[in-house]
Amino acid sequence: MSFDPVFLSRLQFAFVVSFHIIFPAFTMGLAAWLATIEGVRLVTGLPVYRRVFDFWLRVFAVSFGMGVVTGIVMAFQFGTNWSVLAQKTGPIQGPLLGYEAFTAFMLEATFFSVMLLGRERVSPRAYFLSCCMVSLGTMSSSFWILANNSWMQVPLGHAVIGGQIIPANWWAIVTGPVMRVRWPHMLLAAFLTTGMCVAATGAWYALRDVYREEARVMLHWSLGFVAVVIPIQIFFGHLTGEYVLHYQPAKFAAIEARWKTEQPASEVLFAIPDSRSERNLFAIDVPRLGSFIASGNWTAREIGLETIRREDRPPVVIPFFGFRLMAGMGLIMLAVSWLGNLLRWRGRLESTRWFLWGTFLAFPTGFIAILTGWYTAEVGRQPWVVYGLLRTREAVTPSLTTGDVLCSLLCYGLVYGVFVSFGLYYIFKLLRQGPTAGLRPIRGATGGRRPLAYADDPATATGGKVEAGT
Amino acid sequence: MAPSGLALFWACVIAFAILIYTILDGFDLGVGILFGRTRDESLRVQMMNTIAPFWDGNETWLVVIGAGLFAAFPDVYAVFLSAFYLPVLILMIGLIFRGIAFEFCFRSLRMRRVWDRGFSLGSTVVAFVQGAAVGAMLRGIPVVDGHYAGGAFAWLHPFSILTGVGLVLGYALLGAGWLVLKNEGPLRDWAYRRIPWLAAAVLIALLLAFCITFDYSLVARNGLQVRPWGIVFPLIGIAALTAVVFGVRGKRDQIPFVLSVVFFLVSFLSLGVMFWPYMIPYSITVGSAAAPDASLQFLFCGAIVVLPVILAYTISVYWIFRGKLHKGEISLL
Repeated sequence: MSFDPVFLSRLQFAFVVSFHIIFPAFTMGLAAWLATIEGVRLVTGLPVYRRVFDFWLRVFAVSFGMGVVTGIVMAFQFGTNWSVLAQKTGPIQGPLLGYEAFTAFMLEATFFSVMLLGRERVSPRAYFLSCCMVSLGTMSSSFWILANNSWMQVPLGHAVIGGQIIPANWWAIVTGPVMRVRWPHMLLAAFLTTGMCVAATGAWYALRDVYREEARVMLHWSLGFVAVVIPIQIFFGHLTGEYVLHYQPAKFAAIEARWKTEQPASEVLFAIPDSRSERNLFAIDVPRLGSFIASGNWTAREIGLETIRREDRPPVVIPFFGFRLMAGMGLIMLAVSWLGNLLRWRGRLESTRWFLWGTFLAFPTGFIAILTGWYTAEVGRQPWVVYGLLRTREAVTPSLTTGDVLCSLLCYGLVYGVFVSFGLYYIFKLLRQGPTAGLRPIRGATGGRRPLAYADDPATATGGKVEAGT
Repeated sequence: MAPSGLALFWACVIAFAILIYTILDGFDLGVGILFGRTRDESLRVQMMNTIAPFWDGNETWLVVIGAGLFAAFPDVYAVFLSAFYLPVLILMIGLIFRGIAFEFCFRSLRMRRVWDRGFSLGSTVVAFVQGAAVGAMLRGIPVVDGHYAGGAFAWLHPFSILTGVGLVLGYALLGAGWLVLKNEGPLRDWAYRRIPWLAAAVLIALLLAFCITFDYSLVARNGLQVRPWGIVFPLIGIAALTAVVFGVRGKRDQIPFVLSVVFFLVSFLSLGVMFWPYMIPYSITVGSAAAPDASLQFLFCGAIVVLPVILAYTISVYWIFRGKLHKGEISLL
């Protein structure tokens, strides 16, 4: 690892994609949550659901806007920093990402506008339908991203002609066996992330003793949902592990920090992997458990990194810790949601302060799990950018110098620092303010179609002159 | 290598998207450029209101261009973005900064000056790098073995500075035309006063750039020899701008904007006539850069559904917000 254009470009991509991914993931979960709540309101007719809906719609709008802006930058990263990748795999990655862009804009152009502004203009059923379509749209948007990334993890359905990788079978490219596992894994991750945020917000209000009724809806629905979904997610996580073992044994060995081939293999619970001496420091391991986790029996032989050529080995530290952090977040979600439902059954959910504090503090678990899981998958794929076909080192733009990338990295760091902190600050402000007045498209001169126009109360967001003191 | 029918379809889609982007984001960037030329608070607020419902939709066309190039012409996507690494960075940061400034400049009294500055500076810088990129393209992009083979500052040259300034002026002209079209009273008069000067400056800059290109580029001369009818486009452009310079105080407020749009349209067509079939002069053509038909076909299925929807949506937004913006009247869906 040296300070060269390849390393800096990887850092830059990791940076912009990390900032990007949290918004679409949150948005995807929010869209599903809003559609659910609107459906419940349609059936029960209770006004509290409308208040909860209107409140989360505002958060949704800001998050959607942030996702779009950070996404524009992503659309150009492949060409600026990874031009060889873009040229060689453009015939496959280009259309997949093109479909993603199309889906996102179709959505923004149609049902998203209805959802933000059309409450009074369409029938309740049509409005509910729009919410469902937005939810479906965000999911199909993620479908193309995951199809693209799954193809980079396990390339299938392509042919190599004259150095260019071209599509031979789109069905195989888009719906490979890996995709069938990873897309649900990502969808559930997004739902859980939002679920934990909704629960944390409910807990926050309950702790402050404000918006009791809304807090109740948020806590009950989200904790119930997370409790049911988290075991399914753990199951899909297990399936993801199986594909890694089958298709990417080097990544599997790196996640397990298994340097030497073992039979039976032990499971390293914690250690500090030392790449230089190829061993684990301060290791805590359980004999035979590694064989069981990987192969389902207690005596299987599991290969170590020593069997993989040195130039094909991924780094160990990030996949090892990334995976453990992700799994740890999953266990926290499991604990919070099941405990919450136990308390609910006893009728003490909204009065047990220590539990509400725990739920409140667990709000970032989903985000941490998504980011660390993503790092595990991406770093574990190294040194390949398209597994087995194209090395990361050979995919970078040949004309880039260290100075170029250093400059762009610093600029993105600075601008994202400002931009994303403003966005997060507004989301925080919205959440703190709580479900007060119903959502009114701000009849301001700056036009209400724009998501961020919802971030504030009408008095200051009208686009008119701000009176002193407001 | 002759391009396939699908490659031609995609080349047309991308050319169309670039044209739409230039005109639509052109006028709102232009208003942003003009924004920095007045200190009058009421004019500034009015300017913001004139572009508020449109500007973010206009930027979506940029993503259609990026995604379309990546999918249909990966070689162009890769070479263009590596050759313009720093301008693209400036473009991204300018667009983000401009967007934040737009959202926040009415929310914060303390930061007001920063956001106002950011809005006009961001708009100007975005316009400049786009124009400079066109200039650098006309001079040719060094490509070796299919990869960009120049430095990070190769795009910066007196000629590209000329085209960069030219586009800043051109966008400002579009913006002034838009302000006249959408406003009454002091702002319309303010914009009217600037239009003749802007049109004259654009005419001079662009004629200069045209002559230099014609002198410099064998391909451009050859293009006009093979397609002599193409000479009508620059002539229409000159006529349109001359009409803007001298006929601006007419009765109809649509005229300056419409004529500026005509000017942009024919300038774009002139470039096409001179440089066809090159997508990146003088190394990458439409035929050589096109992705295999299997890729073009796959995305074609989506494009025939999505592009009409985006187009219809764009038209409907402009239709809803048609006409003059009256003071105090708030136009919303």
